[in-house]
Amino acid sequence: MSRDIVDLVTAKSDVRNSKRRRTGKEKFWLIFRYVSLIFIWFLVVMPIYVMVINSLKGVKNVYLTNAFKLPEKLDFSAWSVAWSGTDYFPQSISESMTRTLFFVIQSALISAIIGSINGYVFAKWKFRGSNFIFTLFLFGMFIPYQAIMIPLVRIATTLEINKSIYVLVLAHIIYGIPICTLIFRNYYEAIPNELIEAARVDKASMIRTYRSIILPLSVPAFVVVLIWQFTSAWNDFLFAIFLTGGSPKLSVATTALNFITGSSNQVYYGVNMTASLIVSLPTLIVYIFLGRYFLRGLLSGSLKG
Amino acid sequence: MSKVVRNKRSLSARVGGLFFVLPSIITVIIFVYGLILWSVNVSLTNQNSGAKKEIEYIGLKNYTDLIADERFTHSLSNLVKFTIVFILGALVTGFIMALLLEKGIKGEGFFRSFYLYPMAISFIAMGTVFNWLLNSARDEEAGGLNLALQKIGLGFLQNDWYVSEKGAMYAMALPAIWQMSGYVLALFLAGFRGIPDDLREAARVDGASESQIYRHVLFPQLTPTLLTVLIILGHISMKAFDLIIGINGKSYVTQVVAVYMWEATFDKRDYAKGTSIAIVLLIMIAIVVVPYLRYNNKQQAYR
Repeated sequence: MSRDIVDLVTAKSDVRNSKRRRTGKEKFWLIFRYVSLIFIWFLVVMPIYVMVINSLKGVKNVYLTNAFKLPEKLDFSAWSVAWSGTDYFPQSISESMTRTLFFVIQSALISAIIGSINGYVFAKWKFRGSNFIFTLFLFGMFIPYQAIMIPLVRIATTLEINKSIYVLVLAHIIYGIPICTLIFRNYYEAIPNELIEAARVDKASMIRTYRSIILPLSVPAFVVVLIWQFTSAWNDFLFAIFLTGGSPKLSVATTALNFITGSSNQVYYGVNMTASLIVSLPTLIVYIFLGRYFLRGLLSGSLKG
Repeated sequence: MSKVVRNKRSLSARVGGLFFVLPSIITVIIFVYGLILWSVNVSLTNQNSGAKKEIEYIGLKNYTDLIADERFTHSLSNLVKFTIVFILGALVTGFIMALLLEKGIKGEGFFRSFYLYPMAISFIAMGTVFNWLLNSARDEEAGGLNLALQKIGLGFLQNDWYVSEKGAMYAMALPAIWQMSGYVLALFLAGFRGIPDDLREAARVDGASESQIYRHVLFPQLTPTLLTVLIILGHISMKAFDLIIGINGKSYVTQVVAVYMWEATFDKRDYAKGTSIAIVLLIMIAIVVVPYLRYNNKQQAYR
């Protein structure tokens, strides 16, 4: 019985030999490890630090030469400009942020429901060829979406759904099927078969077993899938740029940001940094509060979770 | 035992499962495999511009044209450079992070949470910062990373970053390494901790030194993890798109295959070329991923 991968990563390992007195050599290595860890910590935090401090310097006082310096006095004007725009900086991200939130939540919810049903069948109601079909699903998770993009855009144009944000809802649901199925399947695999068998003996139907046994146990998997779909749809740029054709009326967080920070506004670095920070906040907040679930989604992408 | 249970199942139970996943199966078959075939189909035609004309099949001409297309070979060689540096960089960084953490250390959770947060942020948002920090101005005019390097006495490392033809792709690999090392860390951390403690203890009792334990006991156990990491990094690298766009747009210097596909499709409306580039990319990725899926499938079967 192998241990759960997320437990392994986040294991509270007994800080070994901590009770014993350390030898000089061990002390040296401990200090060496801390110094290295802190050094890496600075490198990892650096970009987000740059975003935050430069968003607080206002619109005008942001130069590359003082990129790492703390602001002399706090100035939140870049936040209001990035959020709602002004006359010299007409692009804003508030509208695209709302639009993104709207579509991302819908696609995450529907993806989770579909994933749960599929995962249940692939884990507990295997049929002839189900493993093969499941592998076919998995391949769909790894393909470069460019390979389906041109036909997909054609379908969307022909059906005229490319003029509404629902085109992205659909795309993320469809291409999220593999990973959502995978996450739920792995989760349900761990539920003992005896539970299901017991229900079978009772002649409970498949649906009833699902409703009364599986579904109540599924909350953690739902959280994982919701977070995963939320994050990947929020951060997606490829589907958004192809399917909306970069139309400002359908801009989402990433496409709007890419447009704002594109060559036209290279002078307003403070606003660029602020806009990037605002766009990153929703997924960052989710990560901060539900990191463990995020990690599980991430690791299932390696087929190991 | 399981056979008996299976025989007891009614027909509706056996087909029932299929019934509920059928909509998804059909969707995946149409939207993944069907559209791939459709792409292949487009790539064999003469739809080389948005203008309407009679569609003709011209065989593999679009593919042979790609070989002769300097811009395509440029984007391919860029991708190879990027991939090598990115995979090596992320592998080494992530592995070192895992080595530092695997034994357990006070504050581990703190470090780990921070090391993993880049995975939650979009390439586009991070690209904005790196586009700015990796500015090519040097010495007195320097800002961003070049200035930081001067300040800590590493001025000789100042660089044109993604601007000059020579080092552009290597510079592009830096943000990619920054963003993906956490993933490698998580995989290796799980790998290390999946090794039974007994192995370590036994080697210790036999008088092996710490470095010998790592070299001869722990590292060999991590081979499957290493394989996973390479596959994951490999396919992410080959798909590199928004990371590049976020930092340097469609610029020729840092163009990779996925970006060139976008340019051909969007700016030139050359759908035949766009699809043939995409199919080449798909084949490259399939070569890496399909054996992995089969290996994974076999492992599942033994479990």
